[in-house]
Amino acid sequence: MQEKIFHHTYENGLTLVAQPMPWLESAAFSIAVPAGFRYDPADKLGLANLVCEMVQRGSGNLNSRDWVEALDMLGVDYNSSVSLYNTNFGGAMQAAQLNDALSIYADVIRRPSLLDSQLEDGRMVCFQEVAALEDDLSQRAILKLRRNYYGEIDGRYGEGDMESVAKLSMEDVQNHFQQYYRPNGMVIACAGKIDFESLKQHVGELFGDWQAKDVAAVENSGAKHGYEHIHHDSEQTHIAIAYPGLKYSDPDYYLNRGAVGVLSGGMSSRLFTEVREKRGLCYTVFASCHTLIDNAAVICYSGTSSERSQETLDVIIEQLQQLADGIQEDELRRLKVQIRSGMIMQQESCRSRASSIAGDWFHLGRVRLLDEVNEKINALTVDSINQYLKENPPANFDVVTLGPKPLDFKV
Amino acid sequence: MNYQKHQLANGLEILAECNPQAYTSAFGFFVRTGSRDETAEIGGVSHFLEHMVFKGTPNRSAAQVNLELDEMGSSSNARTSEESTIYHSLVLPEFQTQMVELMSDIMRPSLRTEDFETEKKVIIEEIKMYDDQPPYGGYEKIMNEFFGSHPVGQSVLGTVDTVGALTPDQMMAYFQQQYSPSNICLAASGNIDFEKLVADVDRCCGGWESFEQKRVKPKAEYRSGFVTLHKPQSSQQYILQLAPGSSSEDELRYASSIMTSILGDDSGSRLYWEFLDSGIAESAGMGSYDYQGCGSIMTYICCAPDQAQANMERLKKLQQTIAAEGITQKELDLAKRKIASHIVLASERTNTRMFSIGSQWLCEQKFKTVAEIAQIYESMTLAQVNEAIAAYPLEENMTVVVGPNQDLVPA
Repeated sequence: MQEKIFHHTYENGLTLVAQPMPWLESAAFSIAVPAGFRYDPADKLGLANLVCEMVQRGSGNLNSRDWVEALDMLGVDYNSSVSLYNTNFGGAMQAAQLNDALSIYADVIRRPSLLDSQLEDGRMVCFQEVAALEDDLSQRAILKLRRNYYGEIDGRYGEGDMESVAKLSMEDVQNHFQQYYRPNGMVIACAGKIDFESLKQHVGELFGDWQAKDVAAVENSGAKHGYEHIHHDSEQTHIAIAYPGLKYSDPDYYLNRGAVGVLSGGMSSRLFTEVREKRGLCYTVFASCHTLIDNAAVICYSGTSSERSQETLDVIIEQLQQLADGIQEDELRRLKVQIRSGMIMQQESCRSRASSIAGDWFHLGRVRLLDEVNEKINALTVDSINQYLKENPPANFDVVTLGPKPLDFKV
Repeated sequence: MNYQKHQLANGLEILAECNPQAYTSAFGFFVRTGSRDETAEIGGVSHFLEHMVFKGTPNRSAAQVNLELDEMGSSSNARTSEESTIYHSLVLPEFQTQMVELMSDIMRPSLRTEDFETEKKVIIEEIKMYDDQPPYGGYEKIMNEFFGSHPVGQSVLGTVDTVGALTPDQMMAYFQQQYSPSNICLAASGNIDFEKLVADVDRCCGGWESFEQKRVKPKAEYRSGFVTLHKPQSSQQYILQLAPGSSSEDELRYASSIMTSILGDDSGSRLYWEFLDSGIAESAGMGSYDYQGCGSIMTYICCAPDQAQANMERLKKLQQTIAAEGITQKELDLAKRKIASHIVLASERTNTRMFSIGSQWLCEQKFKTVAEIAQIYESMTLAQVNEAIAAYPLEENMTVVVGPNQDLVPA
């Protein structure tokens, strides 16, 4: 498979990065505008999320209804989300429609109508998102854990809460849009059946004359370590555990990624085997690498009926601690095949490639080619991973549980 | 793209769509059995058996099965529904024979008592997990209320009681009644060597003994009504409705699926504009579910408990308008564009193609290629969609409301 990545950074700091996948008939884009919820003032949580909603309620010459119809007419399967750093807009469609779809999104990002008449409906949608989280118990446990582990800014929930969303005004929306929607630091990633040169020209016409803006840095603080229990009358107790990991840009990232893969990479992984297969303690158990620009964690989760939750927590912690004793040759062999297969499987989907290269560009300022990742994976040895684990044994666990009663966890 | 099929002497069918350009190969054993084929006493046995299939054979222990799946770097899983049990795997083409051998072997499981008792605990955890998740048993409740004594209304998971009481002997008896090769097909897609596939399957499965198996397909007596399920710990209210829909044999099923797209898609549909654009609901959608000999259309709304009554009134009014006026040509054109784009995107995924082939076999339908299915949707007329609307009125339905609000009454 021949993999080519093209990129171009315009004078205003906007980067276009693209992977032609000529074997497909489709194309996808993933746009990251550097206007994430880290910029929300502490008393205006949920602002970036409301702005993301508002810019999609009419822009350019299109009102809210025309906008949805225009995307449907192009057959764009679209979505949006707000993360800590970025407001993201994504879409997948038949390749011939890509340029027209990007034109629509240039209006969304540069010329939203931001009408007063849309504000209350937009706010209601944001209220609904806050409410949805209330009933998602596993997500609540994990988000609370991230809040504790990372701190007030880096660990916050982007949706805010009912009170903060209720107070947001049109002026807040306008200010956020004016200050943070900007070309410098913005990434447009495309993948699929595309021609880079004509795409570069089209994106240049859409965004090239947009002026860069300066944005003040945001300081994070307020991490809380240890154990916290949230009371809820549920059937299961939801257990979330974090310990220090390596960020994606760290040269040793794949050593930690390899170790976590042994914990939770497949049906023969340690957590699945010990917690679910041997003891039947749960249906869901996993560990995964979570990364920010300058911080990272390994996050583990399991949901288990309350009378068995203490045992589940104990077994998971034991497995995490045992990881420090090292991994085996056969575990690494399986992991390498899995990572390689996963990368090749991704080549069937322009949508997952677009979002993956956007993420790489954001974290690294470049895209790791599959060959490069493959090389890094092949270079992993049992000794190199075990040396890493010896020097960085999983420890200093932060734990959040949500359920009918607290568990016994000693920090 | 090259469609091929072959039937073994014992009745097992092998169906494949071979694409030498594909990077991956997908395989799925489709068994025409599910919760509709169970008696009340063994409720949940199909799904429990699906788990037990991964727990080993005379040739392999449970741990070995997991190890081998991971050693091939496969993405493998299984699912059980009202009328099917599907075991599927996506791998790199080099693993074709190895995967077919493994999957064939596990399709004749040992059902060892010790594994059975451990896995029973996992299933009970799974049941409790869903008890904590919206709509908190609402789906099982409405299926049961709507279909009454018809077997399609039986729960896939079963209950803590029925699963708790199951024995390995009961499961083996069910296996021996349902897993006849004449009741199973192997669907494959992607980079497949068909000749080799037939030889491998014949070697591995040719010895399976065939016996007569017949699904009971009584006429469905759909029921209407209104049921409240009180869940004080839920923060949102969940409204579910089932109305009669097309069966998998019904010629109207394509028109019916366009109808549900126009009325209930997650963007640009009637429900979207009525409930989601204004944020008076967190989610609202509609889908058609066809089974052999019967079918349903489900409408789903999640909203704040104090808005549920008003939203049910709005939904009723919307249904009356649709029944009286039908849909417009513009709506049909937009739906066709969306569906055409969706078909292109889905056709690029090897796994999706395998599921399409197997699902068509499950319903005893004549195989249709991607192009043929696209053509059917493209040729659909306004009259045909309006015919589906007339055939399947939404107003006459079973409604189940779940959540903290106990004062709701039928709209």
